[in-house]
Amino acid sequence: MGARGSSNSPTRIPALGARAIALIFLSILLMYLDHRDNHLDTVRNTIGVAMYPVQLAVDAPVRLFGWVREASNNRDELRLEVNRLKAERLLTNARLQRMTALEAENDRLRDLLDARERVRDVIRVAEILSVDADPYKHNLVIGIGSNDGVYDGQAIVDANGVVGQVIKTGLMTAQAILISDSNHALPVMVNRNGLRTIAVGTGEIDRLDLPFLANNADIRQGDLLVTSGLGGRFPAGYPVAVVQTVNRIPQQPFADVSATPAATLDQVREVMLIWSGPEDEE
Amino acid sequence: MSRERASKRLPVLGTILVALMLTIVPLPATIEPFRPDWIALTLVFWAMQLPRTWSIGSAWLIGIVLDVAQGTLLGQHALALAVIVFVTVRAHLLMRVFPLLQLTATTFALLSLYQFLLFWINGVAGVTAPAISYWAPVVSGTLLWPFIFMFLSGVRYRVRAGG
Repeated sequence: MGARGSSNSPTRIPALGARAIALIFLSILLMYLDHRDNHLDTVRNTIGVAMYPVQLAVDAPVRLFGWVREASNNRDELRLEVNRLKAERLLTNARLQRMTALEAENDRLRDLLDARERVRDVIRVAEILSVDADPYKHNLVIGIGSNDGVYDGQAIVDANGVVGQVIKTGLMTAQAILISDSNHALPVMVNRNGLRTIAVGTGEIDRLDLPFLANNADIRQGDLLVTSGLGGRFPAGYPVAVVQTVNRIPQQPFADVSATPAATLDQVREVMLIWSGPEDEE
Repeated sequence: MSRERASKRLPVLGTILVALMLTIVPLPATIEPFRPDWIALTLVFWAMQLPRTWSIGSAWLIGIVLDVAQGTLLGQHALALAVIVFVTVRAHLLMRVFPLLQLTATTFALLSLYQFLLFWINGVAGVTAPAISYWAPVVSGTLLWPFIFMFLSGVRYRVRAGG
């Protein structure tokens, strides 16, 4: 096998070694430039636009499958779903009523404290393209890009909590890193007492680490972690994770605390991008 | 002449496009690490069979596209692909007469080299990733190689027959 035909095969390809060395140096130069700065964003964007149809072609069958499944749901299932959604809406509405009152109260208190007025965040829904990008990262590709005003570092949330942030913006798509990626860390605070710390991704989709909490820190299982707004990337107050285990080891300076992300990181189909008001950008 | 060449290139480009789509198609999280390096496998095959047309230059360009698709450092996959295609082109006469088993062993070595280069660049750039994401594609790629080889041989035979 394999020994088929040799009309296309000269025994030596001329200058192969020289070309290989030139290309290796070119790659190293490119990687250096790419790593140091964002000089190569135009190159990336240009090729990225060419990739867009390929991404859509991969995404289409998955979408079609979902659509067919939805269309073939029978009446009873749909009715159940509608009932469930109605109940959920009622509950959310009830909460929202209190929310408006609370917001007004908050504004009054801020007035009293002479604090700057909090600007409301602008939110936009974006669809996730069903494409897997980098195998070494937890990430996702969303279907809007810099054409719609998406920018690097933008916060992404879903209905339950923080999902991640944009790391590479193309014209029509953007790539985002999930909070569970092992290279991601975000400043959080414990909602109960305002204790600030950092939540670091572990590379596991359902676990975050809180490595910088002292053994005597006031934290327990079930504590809700919300974004603290420090660091300037994420607006403050969005839920991030719920503390799962707290393991205090007497000999060690830090407790071993892990938390479960509030957002369903592996099942999201739609996410929300946040354009935070100027007050939150520091 | 050039039209004939183009008609010969088109099917090869088609297989590379399919490989690219397989690279970004979503998989369940449990088997996701075992996604083979489709592009690397495809390029090794074509570099072995048509080393004149599909040499390191085209491998490098496809690597750049792959880098954009995956959001990795621009040049990372390009470098790794150029290196393994270089080795393949150098050894293509030998690899063509290898029996399939031996060729599969060679593929295993090439894939290991490929993943090692990616791992090494990731290390220099400070990207950490679980170890499974490096060895799993080598295992799955090696296991799938006989099938990929037979499929691409079929494509190659057709290209030739069709003129």
